[in-house]
Amino acid sequence: MSNQTSERRQRSAAWGFLLPALGLIAVFFFLPVLVGLVMSFTDFDVYAIGTPASIRFVGLRNYAQVLHDDEFWNALRNTFYFVAVGGPLSVLASLVAALLVNAKVARMKSFFRTVYFTPVVTTMVAVAIVWRYLLHPRYGLINAALVALHFKPVDWLGDPHYAMPAIILLAVWKNFGYNMLIFIAGLGSIPEDLYEAAELDGAGAWARFLHVTLPSLAPTFLFVGVMTMIGQFQIFQEPYVMTQGGPLRSTVTVVMLMYEQGFRWWRMGLATSIAFLLFVLMLVATAIQLRFQGGEARKA
Amino acid sequence: MKKAWRSILVHALLLFGAALTLTPLLWMVSASFMPTGGANTVPPPILPMHPTFAHYIDLFTRLHLARDFGNSLFITVTVTVISVVVNAMAGYAFAKLRFGARDQLFRVLMAALVIPSQVGMMPLFLMVKGLGLVNTPWGVMIPGLASIFGIFMIRQFALSIPDDLLDAARIDGASEFRIFWTIVLPVLKPILVTMATFSFLSAWNDFMWPLIVLSDDAKYTLPVALANLVGEHVQDTELMMAGSVLTVLPVLIVFLVMQRSYIQGVLMGSVKG
Repeated sequence: MSNQTSERRQRSAAWGFLLPALGLIAVFFFLPVLVGLVMSFTDFDVYAIGTPASIRFVGLRNYAQVLHDDEFWNALRNTFYFVAVGGPLSVLASLVAALLVNAKVARMKSFFRTVYFTPVVTTMVAVAIVWRYLLHPRYGLINAALVALHFKPVDWLGDPHYAMPAIILLAVWKNFGYNMLIFIAGLGSIPEDLYEAAELDGAGAWARFLHVTLPSLAPTFLFVGVMTMIGQFQIFQEPYVMTQGGPLRSTVTVVMLMYEQGFRWWRMGLATSIAFLLFVLMLVATAIQLRFQGGEARKA
Repeated sequence: MKKAWRSILVHALLLFGAALTLTPLLWMVSASFMPTGGANTVPPPILPMHPTFAHYIDLFTRLHLARDFGNSLFITVTVTVISVVVNAMAGYAFAKLRFGARDQLFRVLMAALVIPSQVGMMPLFLMVKGLGLVNTPWGVMIPGLASIFGIFMIRQFALSIPDDLLDAARIDGASEFRIFWTIVLPVLKPILVTMATFSFLSAWNDFMWPLIVLSDDAKYTLPVALANLVGEHVQDTELMMAGSVLTVLPVLIVFLVMQRSYIQGVLMGSVKG
């Protein structure tokens, strides 16, 4: 068999292998994204579903309307609150868990690793319901613990000041195990002689952590930070199940607003513009993080 | 001496963390066996005084959760099988077959990883509606049948297959399909098991898309049914906990059985490709 026939056969086989996946991705991912971009410039609404001929281009009107809507700014504020407080907390919890599991003296490492990872694989809807009861002002375990420690009980999901913190607690509990794994891998790849050299220089445990561990983890921090933030910007299920956006709209998030506009009121043009605004926001936030943290990561 | 203290401190913190992590799940199980109203007392009870299976029986008889369980299982297994096959073929082609535009095409896919699914959600719903798949399991499955991330993971793994192995089979006259079936798939098995686990867990736990596509109780997946149930039965703590146990149990079992390959997959996905 000549080389040329082999190459031709490989080429046609390759396209055969790619066709199912690329076909599905093209039709059910790329096409909707492109149509969505167009749709965000139209007045596509509940009437348009029945009579597509009535759809009109409205230019940037949806975007202008969203940006002039207090509801959107409220949802954006709530989402930023979740990302800005929940993100660092979750990364910190992951790092602490990773350091503990990875400690030289620690026994049964794989047991603890599995335990800490378990919430990650659970169904969000189910555990959000569990947390609703844990956070119950009268019968919940969390308030029982607070009272036992002589704190005042908190009306977690009924008070607009505490609803988002409660959701953050759930999100941190659910997700810290994921980043913990990545930190454990990052810790494992720090060369042992860096620590030995630091010890010879008289560095204590804390100094070694500050000057060896943290700088060596910079690329891990960057990866974990970006991935966590991207996931958190899309928060939907937790408030949907725990609070329906309440009390007083204090837990409505951007994706929840999009869901309401798109699938409750069928204002699909408007809802798509919200989705694209979120996308742009995520890109900008990622770029900022790459810029600030990326410098640190490259130094390492 | 110092070392002993450090060991005690580390283990105390590890145990404390484990207790915090497991409490919600253990309480869920415990409360699901309490009689109606049993969890709503002050102080909250930790263990059921008079354990009962009543809520589980209720879920399966009056509330038809067995049906929703079946819907979830059918969707999850189908998505898992199809997506593993489809992604494996594509991932292998990107890693090992030579064709023009391969690297450009792969770069386009990688760039698309940053696009959040929400931006295409409205048109996708209209397409699914146009195809008559709203309120069917197929409508739920469509976005999960092929995944860019899955293709990426399998490609990374397939890169390590030696070219000589494939070329030797070609010289022996094996067709490309036969090579894939008899040589490549067995080599890819570990990553396929990992991807199947990923796919199973994410399809089972998926919520937003099934919520959008399904409107009829009889078609609900378990998470959608559960979210619906809590609306009507929010006072029935113990019943809701039984429903939560039922929803979480399959994924917990799959995770505990598959944890080694699952964890490896998480770590692989975090390595810069």
